[in-house]
Amino acid sequence: MSVNGWLQIAFYFAVLTALTPVLGAYMARVYQGEPIALERVLGPLERLTYRALRVDPGRQQDWKAYGRTVIVFSALFWLALFAILRTQGIHPFNPEGFHSGSWDLSFNTASSFITNTNWQYYGGETTLTYFSQMAGLAVQNFISAAVGMAVLAAVIRGFASRGTRELGNFWQDLTRTLLYILLPLSFVGALVLVSQGVIQTLSGSVTFPTVQGLDQTLALGPAASQIAIKQLGTNGGGFFNVNSAFPFENPTTFSNFVEILFILLIPAALTATFGRMVGNRRQGWAIYAAMTVMVVATITVAYAAEQNGSPAQKAAQVATASADGTTGGNMEGKEQRFGIADSSEWAAITTAASNGSVDSAHDSYTGVGGSVPLINMMTGEVVFGGVGSGLYGMLLMVVLSVFIAGLMVGRTPEYLGKKIEAREMKLVLIGVLVVPLGVLAATALAIATKWGAPSIFNSGPQGFSETLYAYTSQTNNNGSAFAGYTGFVQPNAPGNVGAFGITFADLLGGLAMLAGRFVPLLSALAVAGSLATKRVAPAGAGTFRTDTPTFVFLLIAVVVIVGALTFFPALLLGPIVQGLTPHLF
Amino acid sequence: MRRDLLNSVLAIVVFTVLLGLVYPLATTGVSQLVFPGKSDGSRLERQGKVVGSSLIGQDFQKPVLGPDGKPKQDKDGNPVLQDDPRYFQSRPSVTGYNAAGSYFNNLGPNQKDLRDLFKENLDAYLKRERPTSPGLEADDVPADAVTTSASGVDPHISQANARIQARRVARARNMQLADVQRLIDQNTDGRALGFLGEPGVNVLELNLALDRLAPRSTAEVIR
Repeated sequence: MSVNGWLQIAFYFAVLTALTPVLGAYMARVYQGEPIALERVLGPLERLTYRALRVDPGRQQDWKAYGRTVIVFSALFWLALFAILRTQGIHPFNPEGFHSGSWDLSFNTASSFITNTNWQYYGGETTLTYFSQMAGLAVQNFISAAVGMAVLAAVIRGFASRGTRELGNFWQDLTRTLLYILLPLSFVGALVLVSQGVIQTLSGSVTFPTVQGLDQTLALGPAASQIAIKQLGTNGGGFFNVNSAFPFENPTTFSNFVEILFILLIPAALTATFGRMVGNRRQGWAIYAAMTVMVVATITVAYAAEQNGSPAQKAAQVATASADGTTGGNMEGKEQRFGIADSSEWAAITTAASNGSVDSAHDSYTGVGGSVPLINMMTGEVVFGGVGSGLYGMLLMVVLSVFIAGLMVGRTPEYLGKKIEAREMKLVLIGVLVVPLGVLAATALAIATKWGAPSIFNSGPQGFSETLYAYTSQTNNNGSAFAGYTGFVQPNAPGNVGAFGITFADLLGGLAMLAGRFVPLLSALAVAGSLATKRVAPAGAGTFRTDTPTFVFLLIAVVVIVGALTFFPALLLGPIVQGLTPHLF
Repeated sequence: MRRDLLNSVLAIVVFTVLLGLVYPLATTGVSQLVFPGKSDGSRLERQGKVVGSSLIGQDFQKPVLGPDGKPKQDKDGNPVLQDDPRYFQSRPSVTGYNAAGSYFNNLGPNQKDLRDLFKENLDAYLKRERPTSPGLEADDVPADAVTTSASGVDPHISQANARIQARRVARARNMQLADVQRLIDQNTDGRALGFLGEPGVNVLELNLALDRLAPRSTAEVIR
């Protein structure tokens, strides 16, 4: 590990911490309907959208109405996306003449994009038409992110409410998120990426003889516009198969910094939005601090493990020490321009946030290094997590922490002056426990039955790790993968002849993604609805304060205990075995 | 409920047009206007013809020619290649520097197959460089020279890797080692802002610079 490596990581968090209150304050204005400069330009478009959708943005919704609209909207969009994927034969923009893949694969893909997961069993450039990519998947990069942020805005209003049961209007939150936050940031971000060499063109691929006279073909396309939102919206689905490792998707060390900043930018800033909307900015900083401490800890572990090198390298007597002009370490599946520090930082951050894009191949990480992305997902995607969904998940953890603290001192627990009672705790526990239980049940089913076997690529404990990783990632809506695990078998034949989906993996994964998205979402809305009508008690001498380092420590402990300990036995069977042994399988 | 259904259907249509069509097309238009070369893939030309992209690596091994003067192919249709001492060599690649269909081998850190791959790459590297770097040991070979990148088209090698190869290239081209080293430095992409990422030597740009100094066209070399 080098001084320069640590300097980059420190610089990253300095920039993120500086931007958090700025963007956070701006988003608070967006959600509280305060005037913002962009309204002068986009205001007419906002009003036009309401008219086209035939909605009255002033009509307030309680938590049930808000939740119902989210579910109806998501269900219909799921159907629309499924229909698009099933009718590829009649699509325009289909130069390769792709037909629809198998139905089970389409089920998995539609569920993946509606839930902000972007898990990919399909190969984009070999199975999907341009129409499916643009009108289907690319749209969901925005929509699934905006739905998460809209729900968060409603949940915060519930926590902040002074006695009214109304949480806002879903259509207004959705539209304002898209027009004033996601679209402008993506547009500017895309141009910054193009300035570094990310491609953005509508022309087809070019083929030419290389210096040695061998043919090389450059696949081209409108990549930058998709990469900007894939990072900002914690989506993660890449334009190219190897995602942000591919130079046209992430060409320079600067573009890498920008893309990795985009991953945490909005989830981090939303903590400040929360602080402002509940009227106490320190509450937001406390949550930000807990998240940052956890993610920095995991970066440290990954960096140290990857710098140490892999057992396979040592068995082959490959040098792993760093020296003048070389980083050393486990460079398998890593790009020279990113080296060990940047790759490890990205791996930890992309899984702490529910992003899942990669700039190195996680499957080739060392046992301990590879357990970092796994553990980051196992904490329930609340350490920054998905845009919106991460913070409302974290708020459930906050309520749980307050409750545990209350038990310890024997007082009725309170958060932001509101009493936490039996009803809230039941809802919190549903939201907190469904996801880890889903992960364990799905993994057990896939490992214990013969149906899971066809998906596994590597032998030995790595095969178990792949399975665990696949269901952890899908249930937590992350989308990153130990990419050996598959749900779609694609022989290298023209027209995808002989390709078939692995029905078990596709359906189980699809259902896991849907449950992992909508159960916590509805729980959080219900908790907010329940808190909304409660009276606010003034803070007294006996109030347990939730904006102090003590609380930050408690919150971290709860997240680690609930998340990590649930999975400790499973981790032992895969990554920890590999991390402890030089044995090869 | 019925109201939600109506609003949702309309929203799907409106947002699909706005986000799936207007946004990517507007971004493309502005990109093409402001950064025309970069948005099209940073292509490099030699004598007016495209020979690559400065961002995408290439294989600099020499194709073996068949009796018909065309590159020989193995039974899978891939060209048969041999070492070319005149050029700096890129990192090993799973895809043979395929820039149109990227994938990764996904071998785990404790897999025997991965160890065997490393051994093979290490032996090949030592065999190629030892004649000009006597005493080169496995311990001296930088990690990037025997591992595959995630993209399969990594345009860079490490500076240590380039320094070892420089001796072979200087001998093959009858150049002073210092001159080759100077070209390496000129074609090294440093860290952004001085500390972000790792420096890397751009192999294609370096090899093109070498060819400009010793102007023998590739066509002649192959013939």
